[in-house]
Amino acid sequence: MSISLEDVFEKFPNRRREDMIPLLQAIQDKNGFLSEEMISSVGSYLRISVNKIYGVATFYDNFRFGPVGKYHIRLCHGTACHVAGAGTLLKELERILKISDGECDKQGIFSLEVVSCIGACGLAPLIEVNDMYHTNLNLQSLKELIKSLREKENSA
Amino acid sequence: MMTLDHTRDVREFLISKVLLNPQRHNDPSLKKPLSYIAGERVHKPLIYVGMASCGRIAGAEKSFEAIRNYLVDHEFDAELVEGGCVGLCAAEPIVDVQLPGKSRISFSNVTADKVQLLLDEVLNGNLPEAEVIGQYKNPIFQEWEGVDAVEEHPFFSSQHRILLEHCGIIDPVSVAACIAKGGYQAFVDTISRLTPEQVCGLIEQSRLAGRGGGGYLAGKKWATALQYGSDQKYLVCNAVESDPGSYMNRAIIESNPHRLIEAVLIAAYAIGASKAFIFIRKEFKLAIKRLNEAIDQAREYGIIGHHIFESGVNIDVVVKEGARAFVCGEETALNSSIEGKRAMPSSKPPFPAERGLWDKPTIVNNVETLFNVPLILKNGPEWFLNLGTDTSKGTKLFTLSGNIKYYGTVEVPMGASFREVIDLVGGGLKDEKAFKAIVLGINSGSYIVEETLDTLIDFDALKQIGAALGSGAFVVLDEEVCMVDMAKFFTAFFKKESCGKCIPCREGTARMLEVMEQATRRPEEGQSFQTLERFKGVMQLKSLAGVIRDTSLCALGKSSPMAILNTLKFFKNEFDSHIFERKCPANHCTDLRIFVIDVEACTGCTACLKKCPVDAIIGSPRYPHFIVREKCIACGSCYDVCKFNAVTIK
Repeated sequence: MSISLEDVFEKFPNRRREDMIPLLQAIQDKNGFLSEEMISSVGSYLRISVNKIYGVATFYDNFRFGPVGKYHIRLCHGTACHVAGAGTLLKELERILKISDGECDKQGIFSLEVVSCIGACGLAPLIEVNDMYHTNLNLQSLKELIKSLREKENSA
Repeated sequence: MMTLDHTRDVREFLISKVLLNPQRHNDPSLKKPLSYIAGERVHKPLIYVGMASCGRIAGAEKSFEAIRNYLVDHEFDAELVEGGCVGLCAAEPIVDVQLPGKSRISFSNVTADKVQLLLDEVLNGNLPEAEVIGQYKNPIFQEWEGVDAVEEHPFFSSQHRILLEHCGIIDPVSVAACIAKGGYQAFVDTISRLTPEQVCGLIEQSRLAGRGGGGYLAGKKWATALQYGSDQKYLVCNAVESDPGSYMNRAIIESNPHRLIEAVLIAAYAIGASKAFIFIRKEFKLAIKRLNEAIDQAREYGIIGHHIFESGVNIDVVVKEGARAFVCGEETALNSSIEGKRAMPSSKPPFPAERGLWDKPTIVNNVETLFNVPLILKNGPEWFLNLGTDTSKGTKLFTLSGNIKYYGTVEVPMGASFREVIDLVGGGLKDEKAFKAIVLGINSGSYIVEETLDTLIDFDALKQIGAALGSGAFVVLDEEVCMVDMAKFFTAFFKKESCGKCIPCREGTARMLEVMEQATRRPEEGQSFQTLERFKGVMQLKSLAGVIRDTSLCALGKSSPMAILNTLKFFKNEFDSHIFERKCPANHCTDLRIFVIDVEACTGCTACLKKCPVDAIIGSPRYPHFIVREKCIACGSCYDVCKFNAVTIK
């Protein structure tokens, strides 16, 4: 799979080191993740070694190196969510989706990401599925949510 | 909608009559037009929906859509504003309505389904049967009968709102409303009347301390950067806010972005910087959007850019969308992240004020610190010195969360006690549960417990009890929270977020987590070696934590063991029962639970037997069942499935 990055590169004409993170972010926004091929083309564009780019990209939490699922689930695991039972929800999600943090299932339907705080601590625990928030969850409502997403997927 | 001509007229008026007019406060003819521009007086009904991120998550977008549809369906002419957050997140979605001539009234929990009923009544001037927060009383308007003032609401009455004063009230992305409410006036006065030295001096006089955690005097820091001559200096606003449990910086940026821009401009002028960065996490999409809009508006007014109002001052403000890493909150790490490197702290000195971004003098200030700056210049340092205690001046923002009635963003004066914040502002704990502790942010690792609840919010008072103010997270924990699990959670967080540069933090957090995991793990029979290791770890935990605290490179590394040290200090008994009795008093550590079936209550329905993932339950139908303890993994599924409460935790 080859995606043209020329239009992204055009926005960074100066080819400076400080453009690297914004450039990687722009590529991820466009493509959903960073592939090996993309990282090496960033390297040749910015004239920085690929090792260094990997070094930076793997340092930060929000760069992904594999595709996300159709439903990308972000589970908030901040202090307030932890107290409200986010740990139990995480275990349950890992059990029913059979994936762990940062993974995507084989069918490409669900992927899971644990984030440190979404910033809605009063509504804890919460998850975000493709920009939709589901708040004040418990095990039961979480299971129902996943079930409804599955059904939606199967009927489609 | 304002027409183009009208917009231009408003701009000309605000620039010539307000910003550049030194007599603006003495001109009574300005009052009325300004109150229209600010949205205090209205020509047609104004509907203001609290739509900061917190409101959106609570469903404000659906309410907004419902209101818009209502207005279209009824062909009703009203102005609909996507607003900011007033702080009372517990009441969201919040909708304010202001009818011409009447005072503004604020409704809580206006979900989309309630919109129709609410607007039917309120737009006709009747008070609907809805949850009302209060009304903004103003002598020039007719009051709503039987409605209290917003200021009398228990959540607001004990606060002292100077940073939050306009949040949730003004249109966040209207530069005109902001100027009409007093925005940018301090900046224009500063560049036309004060030298950078004078600005640094005034801020130093006010004793404004950095709110990022360190508590270093902002004016002093600025003066250091000012004294270094350089062709280029930078001002960086730290809006990373990656500490879990705190979102007040995001809330104030989303609710009043112009205040931050004004503060950034003043700070940049004070240190002689021509370029300012606002470094913000990429996930804060709404905050970034509103900041960028606000910057564009300010640029259009000539407030940002080249040769600002013919003063010879050039300042450019750029929003930098940062990648996520907890350590970015540390100033040297933040600088290297802007430079496009890994966010790793470097040792100080040299301080960034001497050599920061690209080796140029750089000042990094927190959002909350900067928010104070325009007010200090407007009201004078003496005004600020009168707020707070002898040692800490001003107010402090907190994000209240956890088990508390009114959660949200609050602002209290320095010198209030933690008990007051919980009981008065927060309205106490929910469900009549007993209080256990307050967590003041992961980055401080400090707990406030029952005995220290009367401590004042003050840098020095907190230091005396071995705590620190931290990021502003204020998570209230009740009796059902296991503090050992809490310490384990914090340690796991630090292990994940350690940047890996210095050994004490990188290796130490991993070792501490091992010990904590062993302390909360189910004992395995016949593993005496493991038991020995476990005890060895526990014995050495305190000295390990001490070494990490004393030898880590940056402040974040130094704070990584604080949660464990404070747990050992305040909750030794809970720790001991995990270690010696292998029991979790709060029944939270699932691994340590021992499940027993009550023979009397069990009806032999076999529900638990079928559910057990490891076949640890034996018994025949209609006869009491039994759990084989050696096989049980304490998952709790039998406990959850039992309808007769026969499964109990020992």
